[in-house]
Amino acid sequence: MSDSDKKKPNRRDFILTATAAAGAVGVGAAVWPLVDQMNPDASVKALASTEVDISSIEPGQSITVLWRGKPVFIKRRTEDEIKSARAVDLKDLKHPEKDEDRAKNPEWLVMLGVCTHLGCVPLTDKGDYNAWFCPCHGSHYDTSGRIRKGPAPTNMEVPKYEFVNNNTIKIG
Amino acid sequence: MSNHEYTPKSKIGKWFNDRLPLLTLANHLTDYPTPKNLNYWWTFGGILTFCLITQIVTGVILGMHYIAHADLAFESVEHIMRDVNYGWLIRYVHANGASMFFLAVYIHIFRALYYGSYKSPREVIWIIGMLIYFLMMATAFMGYVLPWGQMSFWGATVITNLFSAIPLVGESITNWLWGGYSVDNPTLTRFFSLHYLFPFLILGLVVLHIWALHVPGNNNPIGIDIEKPSKDTVPFHPYIVIKDLFALLIFLLVFAFFVFFSPNILGHADNYIEANPLVTPAHIVPEWYLLPFYAILRSVPDKLLGVIAMFAAIFVLVILPWLDTSKVRSAIFRPIYKQFYWFLVADVLILGYMGAMPAEGTYLLIARVATIYYFAHFLIILPFLGLKEKTIELPLNITEPVLGGSANPEMTKNNSNIRSNL
Repeated sequence: MSDSDKKKPNRRDFILTATAAAGAVGVGAAVWPLVDQMNPDASVKALASTEVDISSIEPGQSITVLWRGKPVFIKRRTEDEIKSARAVDLKDLKHPEKDEDRAKNPEWLVMLGVCTHLGCVPLTDKGDYNAWFCPCHGSHYDTSGRIRKGPAPTNMEVPKYEFVNNNTIKIG
Repeated sequence: MSNHEYTPKSKIGKWFNDRLPLLTLANHLTDYPTPKNLNYWWTFGGILTFCLITQIVTGVILGMHYIAHADLAFESVEHIMRDVNYGWLIRYVHANGASMFFLAVYIHIFRALYYGSYKSPREVIWIIGMLIYFLMMATAFMGYVLPWGQMSFWGATVITNLFSAIPLVGESITNWLWGGYSVDNPTLTRFFSLHYLFPFLILGLVVLHIWALHVPGNNNPIGIDIEKPSKDTVPFHPYIVIKDLFALLIFLLVFAFFVFFSPNILGHADNYIEANPLVTPAHIVPEWYLLPFYAILRSVPDKLLGVIAMFAAIFVLVILPWLDTSKVRSAIFRPIYKQFYWFLVADVLILGYMGAMPAEGTYLLIARVATIYYFAHFLIILPFLGLKEKTIELPLNITEPVLGGSANPEMTKNNSNIRSNL
């Protein structure tokens, strides 16, 4: 091959590039199943919703149920707790969210009982706000489950849920 | 490396060696010239090889009795402890073996830091070593999850949640790691699979580590380049083999003490409670060998930055050969570096202690200062010190300080020691 041929691509270069490109796509297609098999499988996804009977919960009490392997707090809040949650100025919050948006029905607060820092389960009726406190790295949450103090970046997550009737909540 | 061409003596040996030069390799390993002034800190390479083999052998055996399932794992571990013949012994050796492995690797790493073993031309040995160290931490972490106790479960939850700090894709990545929406059975089974795989990756890297070592040859306590082979070297066999075996015996005394007299002292009592996704133990602590990094993670108030700081703490070690600008390897000839070296040792020990304490008040403050100092050591002190420090004159070879006398006080001290022994 002479020097002048090196500059402009010839048919052989085209074939080489095309083969490499097709090969890369093929390898990618072959590797994807090997990666995707680790994602949540069909049987895990099938457990995506759960129904909970809440008729026996008194005001001030809360229960913890398991949904998708994670604890969900269902708290029936007292008047005082609702009042203190709603009185907070949004400017004081690290992750500003109105209590009205977090608890559509003010009496019932439903949220994932998972600290948004590194996933521990916070303790109920503990901490500076007498609501939730995570013992792992010291995050304090208020009566609306909002982060007020400590390393957690966001409020505890409110999952998708609905009241099937007055006594039953469907989570997921 | 030996200069002479090796030819096996026997006919069959020659026949085989011409087809696969294994005997040439064996000859290289026995004749391999080693500096004759290597001290006992140099015996940990051999000790670490022993640790890796021990973990693989005991691990393969435990794998015969262990059941990787969220409902059965905890019971199968108790079954190993109570029913399997010598199961208690094999499991305690495996569990404490991990701690002994890390003890040895930390001594090995700090030896390299003191004598400048990471410097040119040994950067690749160092980087492979850091890869091994990183894989060791991953392997140990996954292994700790397998008994499916409370610490297993919540340790796994906290560590895998580190990845949720990554912006945008964090949640998808954690779900992918878990194979679900929390740590559960799919997480356990994949951890078991990878915990079985990684030691063999480590073994492969160890081969590369030793191969890369055998290109320039060992560093030595005075850190100078020496001619190999020469009157400054001795063959690996029998000199180093016997010395390494003696050091291994001493090491095994410590190992055996833990296995037979306090097998659970390095673990956590909460791990004898079966995993419960509804209750987090009051105080989650990782195994002792991960504590300094855990302290760094917790000392940063922001979640993402904390995770970045923790990984950066390992990464600064990887690029260390280029951060340390001093051409002199051994701390013996670097009077100021020597002091900073001991400050770093103290700093890492303090970080380790803070990692075990609750992250609040004075503990948190000390952890923060220690974290800043850790990074300052590598990113500020080492680059500048190499340019400014007045080092002590290096001897020309290993025998010179003994036979020829040297202006260097450290060497003169050694010199008088040797004289008084004569």
